[in-house]
Amino acid sequence: MLTLQNLTTPHPKLPLSGLDVTFEPGKIYTILGRTGAGKTELLRTLIGLDPIAEGAVHLDGKNLDRTPIRARQMAMVYQQFINYPHLDVLANVAFPLRRKKVNKIDALARAREALELVGLAEFETRKPSELSGGQQQRVALARAIVKHARILLMDEPLANLDYKLREQLREEFPRLLEKNSDGIILYTTTEPGEAMQLGDELIVMHEGRIVAKGDPGELFENPPSIEVAQVISDPPISICAGEVKNGHLYFNDGSAVDETSLSLGADGPVRIGIRPDALTIGGDIPAQVTLAEFSGSDTIVHLRLPFGEAVMLVDGIREYSPGVKFGVSLETSALLLFSQAGGNITERTG
Amino acid sequence: MTRTYNTIKYLFLLAWSIFVVFPFLWALSTSFKDANAVTSGARYLPWVEFEPSLQGWQSLFASGSRGINIITPFFNSATVTLLASVISLVLGTLAAYGLSRYKFKLGFIKNADITFFFISQRIMPPIVLAIPFFLMLKEIRALDTIAGLVIVYIALLLPIAVWVMIDFFASIPKELDEMAMIDGCTPIGAFFRVVLPNSLAGLVVAGMFCLIFGWNDFFFAFTLTFTETQLLPVAIVSLNSSVTPWWSLSAFALISVTPLALVAIVVERFMSRGSLAGAFR
Repeated sequence: MLTLQNLTTPHPKLPLSGLDVTFEPGKIYTILGRTGAGKTELLRTLIGLDPIAEGAVHLDGKNLDRTPIRARQMAMVYQQFINYPHLDVLANVAFPLRRKKVNKIDALARAREALELVGLAEFETRKPSELSGGQQQRVALARAIVKHARILLMDEPLANLDYKLREQLREEFPRLLEKNSDGIILYTTTEPGEAMQLGDELIVMHEGRIVAKGDPGELFENPPSIEVAQVISDPPISICAGEVKNGHLYFNDGSAVDETSLSLGADGPVRIGIRPDALTIGGDIPAQVTLAEFSGSDTIVHLRLPFGEAVMLVDGIREYSPGVKFGVSLETSALLLFSQAGGNITERTG
Repeated sequence: MTRTYNTIKYLFLLAWSIFVVFPFLWALSTSFKDANAVTSGARYLPWVEFEPSLQGWQSLFASGSRGINIITPFFNSATVTLLASVISLVLGTLAAYGLSRYKFKLGFIKNADITFFFISQRIMPPIVLAIPFFLMLKEIRALDTIAGLVIVYIALLLPIAVWVMIDFFASIPKELDEMAMIDGCTPIGAFFRVVLPNSLAGLVVAGMFCLIFGWNDFFFAFTLTFTETQLLPVAIVSLNSSVTPWWSLSAFALISVTPLALVAIVVERFMSRGSLAGAFR
């Protein structure tokens, strides 16, 4: 079990601040956060590359403070494809085993096994520079899993790959990571979809803090705060000002919201979170397109609504020129309510 | 357009090659002349314009009044240059790695100041260093010895090695060392097993600079030796007298540039192979 106690780092730009969390063996933890949230800093601190200012990291109760990097029983896959350029693929993968004094024959056999697993068996005599980006990252992955480390740290391993390769490796990861299934896997990403797909548990980081931890589906359905809701939703959730008055919910332009699916609290100002799939074309709410962009096979349409700006997700690739006007409807069961301080106060009826 | 450009380009390269190679051809031609051929105007082609003679080359390996014996200065130069270059390269590489990977702070002195300290030693004119070096070597009774020259040359070559290698190590991502440590190396193990094998191109460049500077130095070889430990550049100059034997001088000069030329040819192929491709993206 890996435990962080009040972990704080002295990083001049992106310090971690008072992290308290426990990671259990046999689980994949996806750590989701925007760039600069402190994900990489967390992994670097765990493995001993970056110093700790306060707090501690314990592995099975043992403080790792004085444990050198090489003895931490951890492996890491970087965002960049880090391989040893002077060694061929087989020697790259066998490298950590040879450092552990595994005899050469066994080390090479295990390295071949790992290469087989990542689908690079026929490339063992090549140098990393002779491989594509995806293949280079597979070599790095093979080198990480061949160690059978107790903790496998993966720092946005797909970030530098093109879309197709990313999709392909993401689908393969559960199978590739099976070898480490009795260990702890920490996987950082900026993509909510990836985090949801891969993680047994999801950790959301924001500005060096852990702002949420739990079941990915649960966190998506019921994010504890605006910042979590915005990080976890892709495209991000839109926030508009509103008010609860006499048991009814209104946007700040005075338009009423059908609140039948929501159980409203006391009167007062609230912030209304609109998920991108809560808006659909066709309805009474006048909307004007400010921007349309494509994401995979979807179109993300930025709209100006009477009560604020919002983002709508449309299936398929559609052309919407800026300035185009149409009516939209709002699926109120997909709304979230937040207090002025940003906490989730959504309560569903029934 | 491309054809015209290529023609101009190759004409320029041809002119430049002639400019560079001509002195060597001249020296080669002169080394096979005798006194008459040298003093009777410009003649280039042996057997056509002059009768070739081995007098110049023979004099290099004769002793006494018949020649100048190049062998001892050659080996002195080789010993001093190789020893000083290797020691400078080892020390300079370690210093450069330390400066590129770790932050040092002693009061107001930081990494950049230490680096500048190394480089500043090459900024000073040699004459400023000559007298202190002379006095120090005299104090330790190392004047006119191989050991004394090696010590001085290390002081002169070390800044070059540090300078070149700092730049080179800066181009190697530190994630490579980190990965080696994660994979089970000690910090020094990461240096020897991963960083150094990927720094061969830098080592070759630094080594070449050290060899060139060491091999060609005349000033310190002249001021810090008398008769016991003569180096090649000093021996060449000592040929200059009221009647300069140009044929011997040319042969001498050709022999003195040959080792560096051979090293450059071997190393050039090697350098083009050394690259960090595949280390990271």
